Amino acid sequence: MAQEPVIVADGLDLTFQTNDGAVQALRDVNLTINKGDFVSFIGPSGCGKTTFLRVVAALEHPTGGEITVNGMSPDEARRQRAYGYVFQAAGLYPWRNISKNIELPLEIMGFSKEAKREHVEKVLKLVDLEGFGEKFPWQLSGGMQQRASIARALAFDADILLMDEPFGALDEIVRDHLNEQLLELWGRTGKTIGFVTHSIPEAVYLSTRIVVMSPRPGRITDVIESTLPRERPLDIRDTPEFLEIAHRVREGLRAGHAYDD
Amino acid sequence: MKNAFPVLVVLAAIVGLWYLAVAPMNIRTALDQAERAGAVIQPEGGRARLEVSVWRLMATNSEHISAGYDLERPRLPTPAQVGRELWKTTGEMALRGKAMSKRSLIYHASVTLKSTLWGFLLGTFLGIAGAVAIVHSRVMDMSVMPWAIISQTIPIVALAPMIIVLSSQLGIEDRGVPKAIISAYLCYFPVLVGMVKGLRAPSSSQLDLLRTYSASQWETFVKLRLPASVPYLFTSLKIGIASALVGTIVGELPTGAISGLGARILIGDQFGTPLAIWAALFAAAMLAGILVTLLDFAQRITLKRMGLEA
Repeated sequence: MAQEPVIVADGLDLTFQTNDGAVQALRDVNLTINKGDFVSFIGPSGCGKTTFLRVVAALEHPTGGEITVNGMSPDEARRQRAYGYVFQAAGLYPWRNISKNIELPLEIMGFSKEAKREHVEKVLKLVDLEGFGEKFPWQLSGGMQQRASIARALAFDADILLMDEPFGALDEIVRDHLNEQLLELWGRTGKTIGFVTHSIPEAVYLSTRIVVMSPRPGRITDVIESTLPRERPLDIRDTPEFLEIAHRVREGLRAGHAYDD
Repeated sequence: MKNAFPVLVVLAAIVGLWYLAVAPMNIRTALDQAERAGAVIQPEGGRARLEVSVWRLMATNSEHISAGYDLERPRLPTPAQVGRELWKTTGEMALRGKAMSKRSLIYHASVTLKSTLWGFLLGTFLGIAGAVAIVHSRVMDMSVMPWAIISQTIPIVALAPMIIVLSSQLGIEDRGVPKAIISAYLCYFPVLVGMVKGLRAPSSSQLDLLRTYSASQWETFVKLRLPASVPYLFTSLKIGIASALVGTIVGELPTGAISGLGARILIGDQFGTPLAIWAALFAAAMLAGILVTLLDFAQRITLKRMGLEA
C-alpha cells in the first residue's frame, strides 16, 4: 500500500494558561499518520495524548508548530467532515432512539431523508446493531451504547476515526469483544484510526503503530511499528511477538517517567 | 394503592391532632358562652379565667369541652366545620346554579386562578428567556443572576402594595394586572434557576461532539440544550405555579380587593368569621394541589414521549 500521509504534525507545541501558570501540554510533537494506519497513543495521565487528538479535531488550537489533516488545517478538515470523534462516554441523547442518535450529525450536515435512512442502516450493520435502531439508549448495555456512538462517528463517511479512550469505562470482557470488532471494522473499511488508551495490551493488539508519550511536558518518547500481521485473532496476545512489543511499550513508558518523581 | 396508604396515615394523624387541638384552643370561648347562658363555671368571669391555664379550665369544667367543638366563631374550627363551610360555599351553591355568585368560593377561586395563570405565563416566559440569555452570555450571567437572587430577598408583602400603587398611577384599571405582575415576580425565579441548570446540564464532551459536526449555536441549543433541560423545566414549573398562586393571594390582601381568595381571607379576618378564612385557605390549597397535579401529568406524558422515563 502506498504511504499517503493523512495527519502530519511538525514541531507541535501547546501551552495552556491556567491559574497556576502555564502548563505545557504538548512539546515539539512530530508525527506522521498515514492513510489506513491504526495509531494508538499511550501514556500516563497528563502526557498530552488526548490533547493531541483534540488538536487534530480542532477542539484545541496549538500555540506553536504546524499540523495538517488531509493537507488542510484541522478547522478546514472539520468543515470537510474529515473525521468522526468517539468520546469515552458514549454520550447518546437519552431522548433519541439509536437510529435518531446516529442521525444527529446527518441532520446537522443537512443530509436528505433518504440519505439519512441509508447511512443509518449501513453503519448499524457495521457495528453489529441491526434491529436495535428503535431502542432507546437506556435499553442497551454499556458496550452496545459505545458501539452506537462509534456508528454515529462513522455515519457521515469520514475517513478518519478519532477515538479517545472509547472502551476505558467498560469491563475487560466487553472490551476484548469490542477490540476484536473494531479491528474487523477497520479491516473492512480501511479507515485511518487514532486511538487513545491507558492499556498496553489494547494498544499492542489494535495498532499498526504505537506512540508512547510522557508527561510534564507532554511529548512523544517512542514510536513503535508493530510487526504483527493485520489479521489478529484474540489469542495473538499470547505469542512471543506480541509480548515483545508490549515489553517495548512498557520500557518506553518507564523511560518517560525516569527523571521525575 | 400502595402509595395511598402512607399518605392516608399521615392525613389521619394530622386530622387527629387537629381535633385534639380544638379543645384547648376553644375552651375559653366555650366557657364564656356557657356562662352567659347561665351555667356555673369555675372560676367565675372571663377575666378571672385568663389567670388560669387552659389545661386546668378543661379539667375543672370538663362537661363544657364538647361545646368548643360547635362554636359559631371558634378560634380553631374543627375539620368538619371547615368541610361544611367549604361545601356550603362551593358544591352546594354550584348545585343551586349559583357557582358564580359573589358569595361562592368557586367564583373567588376563578378570579384568583385567572391572575395566577397570567402571572405564571409571564413568569415562565421571563424565567426561560432570562435563562437562555444567561447561559449564552457571560455578561448576562454576571449582571442578571445576582439581581435575580437579590429580587427574591425582598419580602413580597412589602413589594406588593408598591406594585399596586404604581400600576394604578400608570392608569391601569384592571385589578388583575398588578396581581399578575406580583405573581410573575415570585414565579419567574424557580423557572430561571431550573432552566439555567437544565440548559447547562449537557456535559462538555456532548458539547464537544457537536463542535466536531461544526454545529451552530442555534443547533446546539435546539438539539441538545433545550431537550436536556426539559426534566428541569417541569420541576421548576411545579414550584413556579405554586409560587404564582401565593403571589396572587398576597396581591389580593392589601389592595382593598373584594374578589379573589386573598380578599376572602382578609374580609374573613376583618369581620371575625374564622370559618370563612379557613374555607378560603383550603380552597387555595386545593387549587394549588390541582395545578401542581396537572403539571405533574404533563411532565409524565412529555417525558414518556421523549423516552426519558421508562
